[in-house]
Amino acid sequence: MRLNYHAISAIYRFEMARMRRTLFQSIATPVISTSLYFIVFGSAIGSRIAEIDGVSYGSFIVPGLIMLMLLTESISNASFGIHMPRFTGTIFELLSAPVSFVEVVTGYVGAAATKSMILGAIILATASLFVDISIAHPFWMLLFLVLISVSFSLFGFILGIWADGWEKLQIVPALIITPLAFLGGSFYSISMLPPTWQTVTLFNPVVYLISGFRWSFYENADVSVALSLSMTCIFLFICLVVVWWIFRTGYKLRT
Amino acid sequence: MQAIIRIENLSKSYADGFQALKNIDLDVFPGEIFALLGPNGAGKTTLINIVCGIVNPGSGRITVDGHDVVRDFRHTRSMIGLVPQELSTDMFETVWSTVSFSRGLFGYRASPQHIERLLRSLSLWDKKDNKIMTLSGGMKRRVLIAKALAHEPRILFLDEPTAGVDVELRKDMWKIVRDLRESGVTIILTTHYIEEAEQMADRVGVINHGEIIRVQEKHELMRELGRKQLVLHLHEPLARVPASLESFELELAASGARLVYTYETRAARTGITALLTELSEAGIRFHDVDTNESSLEEIFVGLVRQEASPDGRTGAGPTQ
Ligand SMILES: Nc1ncnc2c1ncn2[C@@H]1O[C@H](COP(=O)(O)OP(=O)(O)OP(=O)(O)O)[C@@H](O)[C@H]1O
Ligand SMILES: [Mg+2]
Repeated sequence: MRLNYHAISAIYRFEMARMRRTLFQSIATPVISTSLYFIVFGSAIGSRIAEIDGVSYGSFIVPGLIMLMLLTESISNASFGIHMPRFTGTIFELLSAPVSFVEVVTGYVGAAATKSMILGAIILATASLFVDISIAHPFWMLLFLVLISVSFSLFGFILGIWADGWEKLQIVPALIITPLAFLGGSFYSISMLPPTWQTVTLFNPVVYLISGFRWSFYENADVSVALSLSMTCIFLFICLVVVWWIFRTGYKLRT
Repeated sequence: MQAIIRIENLSKSYADGFQALKNIDLDVFPGEIFALLGPNGAGKTTLINIVCGIVNPGSGRITVDGHDVVRDFRHTRSMIGLVPQELSTDMFETVWSTVSFSRGLFGYRASPQHIERLLRSLSLWDKKDNKIMTLSGGMKRRVLIAKALAHEPRILFLDEPTAGVDVELRKDMWKIVRDLRESGVTIILTTHYIEEAEQMADRVGVINHGEIIRVQEKHELMRELGRKQLVLHLHEPLARVPASLESFELELAASGARLVYTYETRAARTGITALLTELSEAGIRFHDVDTNESSLEEIFVGLVRQEASPDGRTGAGPTQ
């Protein structure tokens, strides 16, 4: 099979151009909300919380905060990107083009993940204005960043195909992902919870993502890094299979 | 000649069980303009969309340039350009970027020269930096044509290219299509209008209720479709057509109060003068005259009936 590289690049550039048109709001929103989190959690509340595993509370929440943004932004960008052509009808062109799901997914998901990673970097830079940040394992940090951005962009892509309306598109990030991220230890260590809740929490997949990502910064983790990495890869794999199936059957794309 | 598109025994049922296409067999030849003529809901868009890969085929087989459209979709789709029936475009993009996007999507290296030539030929050059949402409907349709031609396809599908287009633009469209044919592009278009099929096509396929009723050279079909009826309202009802008028193949209607003459508008002689002379000689007087032209709907009824009757004698003429 010969891949259509021109198509990948066309889709990728098209999506990046769409993001550039909303550049200001894309950057201003995360910068402002990150700053708010630091003012509220870091300074006001954080000053009353002792260090967690030897890391000040303000620094402790940085990886969780990045993860929270990464998840919601990846999902909303990718889902919007593919939902829009379905909504306007321009999807006909994609369906009639000499491309397989590989090109389509690489283009759309690549662009959404790129944007998430840029946002992640912006949040990191903003955070460093407020607190001290050290990154113990930059390579692993980057790896988690890439894997998670890609996985959740894929998830968003699936959502954008599955959803029949804009409402469903909003509901999933707001009602499922954000709560899971909050309850998954974005702002606290699992070990701070009572034992029963610790067990319950382990069913939350986001716990593994946050734990692994935080480990790459401060070398402290709620679950083992290997487990975090495996969970991330499993999630990525499941999303890939679903996308492959969607294109194979034409689910919601071809009648 | 080897067909460039070959459709064999294609059937398609939608998820709701509706059978939109029934055992379609169709060949389209390189370099021709083929018109699919049919009323609303006939299955024209469904047929086109299956060839282009937008709708999943049901049973049957389609090859383009000898390649199967499902198995070798990369090869077949890169040869095909499609202008859809609906005006769906990206509203916030500029004309230039959306046309360039299409070229890339279809696997071709960027070529500003080609896009420039294309936009100039479609009178879109001075709009190239405009956002699509600022264009009129007719211009949007041209943008869609430009997008379909961006990858220099050898086959172009135009799904109702002149729907909602004014007379001026319709003429432009016809010229664009003819110019494309000159350059060797095979064109398949759909239309509701006989006139349009007549103006543009080399061959016409008539489709109704998911079946191809007829595929013919345009001139042949037009001869058949171009029938008219002359209806004479008689003073005195006739019991039967006088023997002297037999050669006109007249029919009596309304219990002998009307005499119906069917003729071909394109024939060298319509026979009307001769008929009227004969009538006055026979002493048959009439007080009113009507002429009926076959509407598309009647033509379909006629064609379907003709297919159904074993000797095919019913003809495509209008029915009373
Ligand atoms: N997605 C769908 N699901 C179910 N039925 C459909 C679908 N799309 C089209 N149909 C039906 O299939 C039939 C053929 O539709 P099609 O759009 O191919 O007709 P058409 O010849 O293009 O008509 P028009 O001239 O109005 O564009 C119609 O009866 C239509 O209702
Ligand atoms: Mg149609």
